[in-house]
Amino acid sequence: MIRSRTLWVTLVIFFVLLLLPGFIPEFYVYITALMLVTGLLATSLNVVIGYGGMYQFHHGVFYGVGAYTAALFLVKTVLPPGVAFIAGPLAAAILGFLIGLFCVRLSKLYFGMLQISLGSLVWAIAFRWYSFTGGDDGIHGIPMPPSLTSTAQAYYFIFGVVCVSLVILYVVLRSAFGMTLRAIRDNPHRCEAIGVNVRRHQLLAIVIASFFAGVAGVLFVVLEHSVFPDLLLWVFSLELFIMCLLGGWFTFAGPLVGAVLVIGLRTFVSVYTDYWTMILGVILILVLFFLPEGLLGHLLKRYTFDRDGTGEAAVDVEG
Amino acid sequence: MLRVEAAVKSFEGFLAVNRADLTVEKGEIVAVIGPNGAGKTTLFNLITGQLQLNGGKILFKGENIGGLPPHRICRKGISRSFQVENIFQRLTVLENVQVAVVSHLKKSYRFLSPSRRLGVHEALRILQDIGLSGKAARISGSLSHGDQKVLEIAIALGNDPELLVLDEPTAGLSPDETASIIALINRLSSEMGLTILLCEHNMELVFSVARRIMVMQQGASIFQGTPDDVRNNRQVQEAYLGGSA
Repeated sequence: MIRSRTLWVTLVIFFVLLLLPGFIPEFYVYITALMLVTGLLATSLNVVIGYGGMYQFHHGVFYGVGAYTAALFLVKTVLPPGVAFIAGPLAAAILGFLIGLFCVRLSKLYFGMLQISLGSLVWAIAFRWYSFTGGDDGIHGIPMPPSLTSTAQAYYFIFGVVCVSLVILYVVLRSAFGMTLRAIRDNPHRCEAIGVNVRRHQLLAIVIASFFAGVAGVLFVVLEHSVFPDLLLWVFSLELFIMCLLGGWFTFAGPLVGAVLVIGLRTFVSVYTDYWTMILGVILILVLFFLPEGLLGHLLKRYTFDRDGTGEAAVDVEG
Repeated sequence: MLRVEAAVKSFEGFLAVNRADLTVEKGEIVAVIGPNGAGKTTLFNLITGQLQLNGGKILFKGENIGGLPPHRICRKGISRSFQVENIFQRLTVLENVQVAVVSHLKKSYRFLSPSRRLGVHEALRILQDIGLSGKAARISGSLSHGDQKVLEIAIALGNDPELLVLDEPTAGLSPDETASIIALINRLSSEMGLTILLCEHNMELVFSVARRIMVMQQGASIFQGTPDDVRNNRQVQEAYLGGSA
């Protein structure tokens, strides 16, 4: 019952997004594309925090490295754009592996602190190495292949890649690996006692998450034609964390909802006031107090637990 | 099957386990008893790798397993339950057992096969054996204390162990629940041929299931023998049963 309803909602959203560019001004197409990119980014973060239970405080680094790698390939080499688009996620995944190697040796808060430190090192490189990364100016006017120059073209490319990525992430999170990952989140010590190599599973989750953060980074370049060090600033990573919390980090689609909300606020409320983050702050406080499972988490719980107390549907939703 | 020889574990100078010896033969049920703080749980944590030995040896089927991490020891065939419920709170009851089964089948790295198709049969069979199959779809964190305790054991069975280590399986349970755990332990031993090592404060349970009993005091093993030997041993009476038994 719930599953078929979820399927319908997904299909409706899919077709609305598919047809949207024909009906709305270019600016809104751009904003929707940015929501998709950021939604994928937040979803990839949620693999690690919501499903893996690790405090990945500096996820933006993998996004930024994906974006910078693609940008540098496009600007500094004559290789075809396809190579740049693949190099981005790969570079992010490799960095995820390297940073993850150190982080999984620590637990909880220490994991998060070490990640902020290592991530900030990478940010410093992007920020200071003028001759290579363009320093605090970033890189602008990145050339795109002719088939990706207009906003509508970029939108459809982004839409396609985000859809495929989300399907892959969905499958992975419902797999045996995904279940084991959730078990590690709930109780890493018990997982060791049942023969699970906890660190290796955690590291793999980080690599997967970094890879898709890198994909989002490439899509950002496709949309903006530029990169700048703010992508790797840890303040932005915190914003991603907030998206997961807002939407519901124990659900698959929660981070998407969170991303739409935060970007919507930033875009539309900031027209009226510079203090849009204050409104975001108030919303976040309200959500944390009244809907600790996040917006989507709360809705799903309401519609699955209240109808019949079995929680069976909740398994579908989460698993 | 399992031999612990002169095991030592110290915490900043305090000898929690002090040259303890223990033997468990295949097919036996062995109970470790002793007053609070005697080092029973610490000894179990040494056997299953949660803690590292400071001295001595732990042999399982002739192989030294001292110093291996918990997941490697589990792979050798030793599985355990914990004193305080140690389950996967947000997972369903079925998934709790399934995770162990999937891990045992070495399929936890399957990224693309849906979890609902892996190890479900085995997990359901275990839940049926143990009497939790009616609650398979419940989120495990919502179970009663007694059911969580049973689930504890079910998870440990998911690894299809040769040696099952139970740390106070009836702690905090009602007499009814305790009786069903006793029946369960006897059944696991007689029907499934499991070798079981457990520690308990509940003497009723110890004397009704154990073939042999090891008595610990202040980290040391002071006696190992049959229940009758233990009842009649003066040293044990003085140390633990208060001379009144």
